[in-house]
Amino acid sequence: MTAAIDVTIEAPAREALPFNDALPGAVLEVTKNGLVVAPARLLELATYLKTRQGYDYLSMVTSVDWPDYFEVVYYLFGVAKPKDGLVLKVRLTDKANPELPSVISVWPGADFQEREVYDMMGIRFKGHPNLRRILLWEGFEGYPLRKDFREPYYEEETKPLKSRHPDGKHLWAEDRVPWHDNVQYPEAWDPDMWTQPQVQYRRIMGADEPMVGSGIQTQRVLVNMGPQHPSTHGVFRMVVALEGETVVGLEPEMGYLHRCHEKIGERNTYLMNIPFTDRLDYISSMSNNLGYVLAVEKLMGLQIPERADYIRVIMAEFTRIVSHLIAIGFLFNDLGAYFTPALYGLRERELVLDLFEAASGSRMMCNYMRFGGVAADLPAGWVERARELVNNRMPRVIEEFEQLLSGNEIFLMRTKGIGLLSARQAIATSMAGPMLRASGVPYDLRRIQPYSIYDRFDFDVVTRPEGDVWARFMVRMEEMRQSLRILKQALDGLPEGPIMPPGKKQYQVRVPAGEAYSRIEGPKGELGFFVVSDGKPNPYRYHVRAPTFINLTSLEQMSVGSKIADLIVVFGAVDIVLGEVDR
Amino acid sequence: MFGTGIIKGLVVTIKEFVETYVDDVKKIPSRYRGGREVIDQTQNLSEQSGLFTIQYPEERRKLPERFRYIPMLIYQAETGEDLCTACGICAKVCPPQCIWIVRDKDEKGKPVTRPAEFWIDASICMNCGLCAEFCPFDAIKMNHDFEITAYERMPHLVYGLNELRVPHTYYAKLRPTDYAAEEAARAEEAARKAAARAPGARTAAIAAAARPAAPPATPPQAPATDGAAGDASATAPSAAAAGPRKLSPEEMERVKAEATARRAAKAAEVGATAGAETPTAAQTPSAPAGPRKLSPEEVERLRAEAAAKRAAKAAQESAPPAAAEAGASAAAQTPAAEQVAPPAGPRKLSPEEVARLRAEAAAKRAAKAAADAEAPKPDGEK
Repeated sequence: MTAAIDVTIEAPAREALPFNDALPGAVLEVTKNGLVVAPARLLELATYLKTRQGYDYLSMVTSVDWPDYFEVVYYLFGVAKPKDGLVLKVRLTDKANPELPSVISVWPGADFQEREVYDMMGIRFKGHPNLRRILLWEGFEGYPLRKDFREPYYEEETKPLKSRHPDGKHLWAEDRVPWHDNVQYPEAWDPDMWTQPQVQYRRIMGADEPMVGSGIQTQRVLVNMGPQHPSTHGVFRMVVALEGETVVGLEPEMGYLHRCHEKIGERNTYLMNIPFTDRLDYISSMSNNLGYVLAVEKLMGLQIPERADYIRVIMAEFTRIVSHLIAIGFLFNDLGAYFTPALYGLRERELVLDLFEAASGSRMMCNYMRFGGVAADLPAGWVERARELVNNRMPRVIEEFEQLLSGNEIFLMRTKGIGLLSARQAIATSMAGPMLRASGVPYDLRRIQPYSIYDRFDFDVVTRPEGDVWARFMVRMEEMRQSLRILKQALDGLPEGPIMPPGKKQYQVRVPAGEAYSRIEGPKGELGFFVVSDGKPNPYRYHVRAPTFINLTSLEQMSVGSKIADLIVVFGAVDIVLGEVDR
Repeated sequence: MFGTGIIKGLVVTIKEFVETYVDDVKKIPSRYRGGREVIDQTQNLSEQSGLFTIQYPEERRKLPERFRYIPMLIYQAETGEDLCTACGICAKVCPPQCIWIVRDKDEKGKPVTRPAEFWIDASICMNCGLCAEFCPFDAIKMNHDFEITAYERMPHLVYGLNELRVPHTYYAKLRPTDYAAEEAARAEEAARKAAARAPGARTAAIAAAARPAAPPATPPQAPATDGAAGDASATAPSAAAAGPRKLSPEEMERVKAEATARRAAKAAEVGATAGAETPTAAQTPSAPAGPRKLSPEEVERLRAEAAAKRAAKAAQESAPPAAAEAGASAAAQTPAAEQVAPPAGPRKLSPEEVARLRAEAAAKRAAKAAADAEAPKPDGEK
C-alpha cells in the first residue's frame, strides 16, 4: 500500500513555505495533512497551481467542522505529474458566516462538490454561479454535517447506543416521531406557514439573455426528465431547457435517494461503516468495501496479509466486470434495444454474484472486507469456479457481446460523435474512470498510484481518443478484458496463508487521530474515502468522493447542442448509480 | 455492407433464443409440475447456456453455506440451554442497532450469564452478519431462512427468543463446515483448559499454549465438558438448578386470574374506542385502529401478551423464581397469543417447554427437508 499524499515539509520561515516565493502570504502553515491557505488568496493560489504547477485535476472538495473553525479541504492532483498530490486547506474561523471564494473558475469540477459542501455544511462559495442545495431539498433548514445538527429520530451522539444492553430499553422509531419533541425548529419558523421556495431555472432558461437571431421567434421550453423516468436509472431529474428538440441547457436535480450516508457514518463505529458502504454503489459493493478499508488501514498503519490482498483484487476486478456488463446492458436499454443485452449481462453477473455469495454470504451487500484483511477465507472449490469463469466462460461472453453490439450500425449511428468531451474538458470537470479514459486521458489509479497490490499485475490502461459515447462503450468493453487478465494472474498467484493479521478479531478498532484519503479506481471512476479520526471509536468526519456524482458535472457540457433523444444516450453512458450519487 | 453488423448481432440473439428453450425443455418435469427443486447453478459454469431462470418458488437456488439472512440464537439441543451469555457484543457491533438484550438476574438480583429477553428487529436488520462474526460464544449465527414476509411489522418482524432460538443441530446441518471448525476450536480450548486445571499440569499447559499447533484431536478430559460447549456449558448446571419449576395451585390461580382480568379490561377498552371511532372498519382485519395499523384483534392479543408478561414479572418479583413459570403458562393459555406467536415470557423454560420447542423445530426442519426432497404437491404456506 502506498501512501497517496504525504505533505510533510519542514519550514522555518514564512517565505520558505511552498509557493510563497511566487505568492507571498498565500500559504499560512504547513501541516502534516496539507497546506493551510489564506482564504483571500485561495483563488490566486489555485490559478497559480493549475497554470504553473500542473495541478489540473481537482479530485475532491469537502469540509470538516472543527470546534473552532470550518475547514474546506481540496485534494489536487495532476494528470501529467501524477505522483504529487497536494492538499489545500482553508480554515474559516467565522463560524457564523463562513465564506470563501469559489474555485469553479479554475477547476470547473468543483461545481457540484462546492454545492454539496454548501448544502451539508453551510459554507458559502463566493462566485459560484449556482450555489443552492444539491442533495437536500430547497428550503431545508440547517446543515446536517455540522456537529451540532441533530436529525429526527436522534437517539445518541454515537453508536453503539447505550440503551440496547444490558437492560434492553428500546424506543420504537415510530414513537420518536420526527415532529415531536426531539427536533429543534429554527427561531421564527413555523411549519404551518412554510412554503417550499420555487427554483427558478433562470440560468438554463436564458431569462437574462436577450433574444438573439432573426426569423421565427422561439421560446425555450423547460422539460423535466425524471425523476420517474425509465432512462434515469433510478430517481434522478434532469431539468432540460429545449429549443425545439435541441438541448440548450440542463440542470441535474438529485438527492431523491439521499440517506445521510456521511452523517450515519459519523455516528457509526469504524466497523459498522463497512456494510453501509455496500449500499453506495450497490452494483459494486466489493469495490466500495475496498476503498473504505484502505482509508482506515492507512490511518491504522496495518499490514495486510498477502492472501487477503490477492482476494481483494480478485473481488474488485470481478466487480468491475459486473459493473461494466450492467453499464453496457443498460446503455442499450436507453438506446431502445430493450433488455436483450441487459439480460445477457445480468445473466453473467448472476454467476459472479454466486461467487460473491459463496465467499461472503450475500450477493450484493457483500460486507466482505475487514480492516487488515477479509471477513472469511474463500470456501473450498471457489478458486476452481472462479477460474472456470475467468478462463472459459467470460472471454466467450465478452466476444459474444462484441459480436452482438459493436458492429451494430444503428448503435454506431446513435453513439459516434455524440456527447463529445475533450480531454481538456474532461480533466477540468474532474471526470474519472471510463469517462476520463474515453477522452484519451490515460489516467488509471491502478497504474498511476497503485494501491493494494496492483503494481504486481500486468495490464493495459485502456483509452480511446474520440471522447464520445461510442468511446465510452469501447473503453468499458476493453476494460473487461483487462480485468480478466488481472484476474487470471491473481488467481494463479493466490498464495496460501492467513487472511487477517495475527491476533484476535477486533470489533472496536483503534484508529489513531489523523486524516486519510484513499482513492481507488472503482468501476465507475475514482472512488475516494476521506476519513478523519480524532482517536475515538467513531470517525470524526467521513466523506465519500462518489465518482458518478462528480461525473455528472459535465453532463450539461456533453449534452448541450444535441437532440433530446441523444441526451438519454449521453446520460446512459455516464453510468450512474443513484445510491452513490445521492448517498 | 450496411447491415452486416446488425445481422451478426441477430445471429447471437437467435442462438440465445434457441438455447434458452432447449434449456427450458430439459427442466420440464420439475419446472411446471410445481414440485420443489433445488437448482445448483454453480456447477458446469461453462456449459450452461441460454437464459437460465429459476422459477421461484417452484424451483429454488441451492444456497451456499455462508448465505446469511436474519440471525438465530443457538441452544444446546440436549439440554435446552442457550449458548448466549448476554454479553451484549452483538448489540454493540450491530450497525443499525436492531438487537437489544435484557440480561437475566437471579433471585438476589445479581446478573447471570443468560438473556432474559433477546430481541431482533428483523425489519431494520441489514443482514450484515457482524453479530455472528464477533460473537465469542458462537451463540448467534445467521439463518438461511429468507422468507419472512408478514403483513404487520410490529408483532411479526420483531423477533424474540421464541422466534430466534434454534437447536445447535439445526445450525450444524445448515453450516456443516463452520460448525466443524468451531467444534474443533472448542475441543482444543477445552483440552487446553482441562490441561491447565489438572493438578501438576501447569508446565504441560504452558507447553501446550506455547505450541498452538499441537494436535487438537487428543483432549485428555474433553468428554468432561459435555459436548464441548465451551464456556456456555459451564453455566448449564447452575441454570438447570435454578429452582423448582412447580407452582402451588393457589399461586397459579392468582396469576391466571390477574392476567385474565387485565386482558379483559384492555380488550373492552380497545373494543369500545375502536368501535366508537370506526364502527365498520373495526370488523375488517386491516382496520387502521392505531398508529401502527393493528387490527382490534391484534391489539387485543398484543395487550394480552403484554399483560401476561407484566403479570408474570410481578409474580416473579413477589414469589421468585418459580412464579415466572406461571406467568409463562398463563400467557400460553391466551388462545390468540398461542396461535400467532408464542408468548415471549421470561426466559425460564420448563422441561416440557424445551421438549415442545425442540419438537417444533424438528417438525419445521422435517417439513422443510421433505419439501426440499420431493414434495408431490406444492404446500401453499411456508
